[in-house]
Amino acid sequence: MSSPVVHHAVHAAPKGFLRKYIFSTDHKVIGKQYYLLALFSVFVGMLLSVLMRFHMIYPDAKVSWFEKLWPTGAAGGIMTPELYLSLMTMHGTIMVFFVLTTAPQSGFGNYFLPLQIGAEDMAFPVINMLSFWTTFAALVVLLAAFFVPGGAPLSGWTAYPPLSAVGEIAGPGQGTGQTLWILSIALFCGASLMGAINFIATTIDLRAKGMTLMRMPLTCWAWFVTAILSLLGFAVLLAAGILLLLDRVAGTSFFLPAGLVVNDQILNHKGGSPLLWQHLFWFFGHPEVYIAILPGMGLTSTVLSVFARKPIFGYRAMVYAILAIGFLGFLVWGHHMFVSGMNPYTGIAFSVLTMTIGVPSAIKTFNWIGTLWGSRIRFTTPMLFALGFVSLFVTGGISGIFLGQPALDLYLHDTYFVVGHFHMIMGVAAIFGIFAGTYYWFPKMYGRMMNETLGKIHFYLTFIGVYAIFTPMHFVGVAGNPRRYADFKEFEFLGQLMPVHTFMTHAAFFTAAVQLIFLFNFFWSMKKGARAPVNPWEATTLEWTVPSPPPHDNFGGRLPEVYRGAYEYSVPGADKDYLMQNEPVGAAKTQE
Amino acid sequence: MARVSPSDVLRGAPPATPDYGDGGRRGGPARRAGITGIVVACAAIVMLFAALTSAMIVRRGLGGDWQTLTLPGILWVNTGVLLASSFAVERARRALRQGRREAFNHLWLAGTVLGFLFLAGQYAAWRQLVAAGVYLATNPSSSFFYLFTVAHALHLAGGLLALVFITIWAWRLRLGPGRRTAVDVSAFYWHFMDGLWIYLLLLFRFWG
Repeated sequence: MSSPVVHHAVHAAPKGFLRKYIFSTDHKVIGKQYYLLALFSVFVGMLLSVLMRFHMIYPDAKVSWFEKLWPTGAAGGIMTPELYLSLMTMHGTIMVFFVLTTAPQSGFGNYFLPLQIGAEDMAFPVINMLSFWTTFAALVVLLAAFFVPGGAPLSGWTAYPPLSAVGEIAGPGQGTGQTLWILSIALFCGASLMGAINFIATTIDLRAKGMTLMRMPLTCWAWFVTAILSLLGFAVLLAAGILLLLDRVAGTSFFLPAGLVVNDQILNHKGGSPLLWQHLFWFFGHPEVYIAILPGMGLTSTVLSVFARKPIFGYRAMVYAILAIGFLGFLVWGHHMFVSGMNPYTGIAFSVLTMTIGVPSAIKTFNWIGTLWGSRIRFTTPMLFALGFVSLFVTGGISGIFLGQPALDLYLHDTYFVVGHFHMIMGVAAIFGIFAGTYYWFPKMYGRMMNETLGKIHFYLTFIGVYAIFTPMHFVGVAGNPRRYADFKEFEFLGQLMPVHTFMTHAAFFTAAVQLIFLFNFFWSMKKGARAPVNPWEATTLEWTVPSPPPHDNFGGRLPEVYRGAYEYSVPGADKDYLMQNEPVGAAKTQE
Repeated sequence: MARVSPSDVLRGAPPATPDYGDGGRRGGPARRAGITGIVVACAAIVMLFAALTSAMIVRRGLGGDWQTLTLPGILWVNTGVLLASSFAVERARRALRQGRREAFNHLWLAGTVLGFLFLAGQYAAWRQLVAAGVYLATNPSSSFFYLFTVAHALHLAGGLLALVFITIWAWRLRLGPGRRTAVDVSAFYWHFMDGLWIYLLLLFRFWG
């Protein structure tokens, strides 16, 4: 095995409960904290979406507990359109920030980046702890918006002004609720920036001896590039948030034009432009899509390779594709604004750049298929979810090519086609990445295996469920069904689409219920699952060289030495079909 | 090894531990991560101010309501103070490198005091504007001026906190070799704040 390098622990294992589990600086505890925060958030967000789908097909239903929860928003037990919009806003915000940004990067990344590159901890453990607790505060502030007068904001996760900037006059939730939303996002930006600094410094400076950049697992590459995107994107969102807050509370006019009349009242602002917000927001917002999906891509690459028992096809191409996607992600924000009245030539430029992202995306998909080609696949639960990721990524990506054309987007932009598209690619594909990560790494994180049978049932039902929810959205979108509407009963032409909506709503109920299987499996396995060996999947990366779960300082004060790349499976002439990264034997056959 | 007392060190005697590096590991991973961290943090700050700058340029070009702001004269004095502060901090850092601990203590303290003086000067500039009837929401130019200068002052206050801590360590003779990275990193950040201020000053001088 490896010839260990003697090294002192960064910090001793803490003793007290508070220092060990709550205000811990151990990257593994922080990773779990982030993961559990995202797990809580995803169930809150899912509950909100179920309520929305319910309202869409039963707009007049009287539900007594609605009134208990929202005395004004659901007076008499009937959900108002304003309440519907507040549920939509909170669903989007919770899912995008506190689930898709939090679980794959801050959760898994924190736990496994130091383990995979052979470090004892992140570069700045105290900042890491601060970063988690700031995220926690951001979530508390956001959820508090439900409990203030007026309730939660209505302006969507994109918070477009003027609606988001004019205050209470624009409707319930646009007062205190919207202010809390901005504060929450500002806190989240701060937390993400701290996290990004930690990820970048850790990846650059704390790699073990022999862990060259081109030997890093693709997960590490994905976390690294995601951290760079976070660093550049969240700083811009923070700037935009500050401007929006000043427009709301300090009477400035960054985003508010002159002569704005809201509810028969002329507002005392002049000269600003709502489009300015859209540019700033989407300069963050588009890279945010990749912040959500890149870690899933990295993990899918690893999981496919592990369970196909083959080296990842085209490792270098995969690395360059991640870098290309990250870079191009900053040049395409305008494709969210085709309907904003932009110059057609600008639209064409953004359109061409958007299509260009198809190239590295196709390289990745090609390489995933190349990895699977001719292999004897081990169909474990993490593998199934990784295959599901590839499927959803392709499905969601193809509809992106439709929307990247300005001429088509003008028609489709405000329809359910877009809802179907971004849920497929950014929502469900990223969630499948998180599920794959959970089933794959759970043994390392909690020292026990998850139940495979329950895992497979969970996969198949979820896979069918999400396609049943989101595929029909494309069809109703093409038929002209507008999005963001609380109900469709006023529109005769939408009447014939109601059976499709009923189907999607039932599919949503079904898929949400199936997630309880996962929840049960997760917590049951934590206590009752079979004990996990050091390397249950016969994988090659460094986290599988230490006990499950790993000790406080990861490698017991002896940092590993790395001799080869991360995907050495089916090695000819080796005594088993894989070589760990820290195995010196057979060094002549390394990929680097 | 003969024990070297703190007062010997202040008189210029070489310290018992290696003079430079992080915990004796010159260029060790912790030191390198610290330097990477501060550079990356500054990149994030650049993005924040770049976003605000782009907003300012767009907002300025939108309509006829932009009124050029007359900068308070004290800003030029403040600029001199901040440059002097940066100069003192850099001289201090170099003195420490040469083992001149006493020179370090005085120079670093001077840099810290000048930093506080700059903040006081910025406060005076805001008071001058208020006295002239120029508030945050008076005009987009004043909105951006307050926004930029307050954002800069907040970031600078963070750096000042680091300078104060290091001053306390230094004067209480707690500035061991393990804290040299903190000195270098704080100095880097302080110079960055200096450069950022010059940028903002030029921005408002020519675009405000």
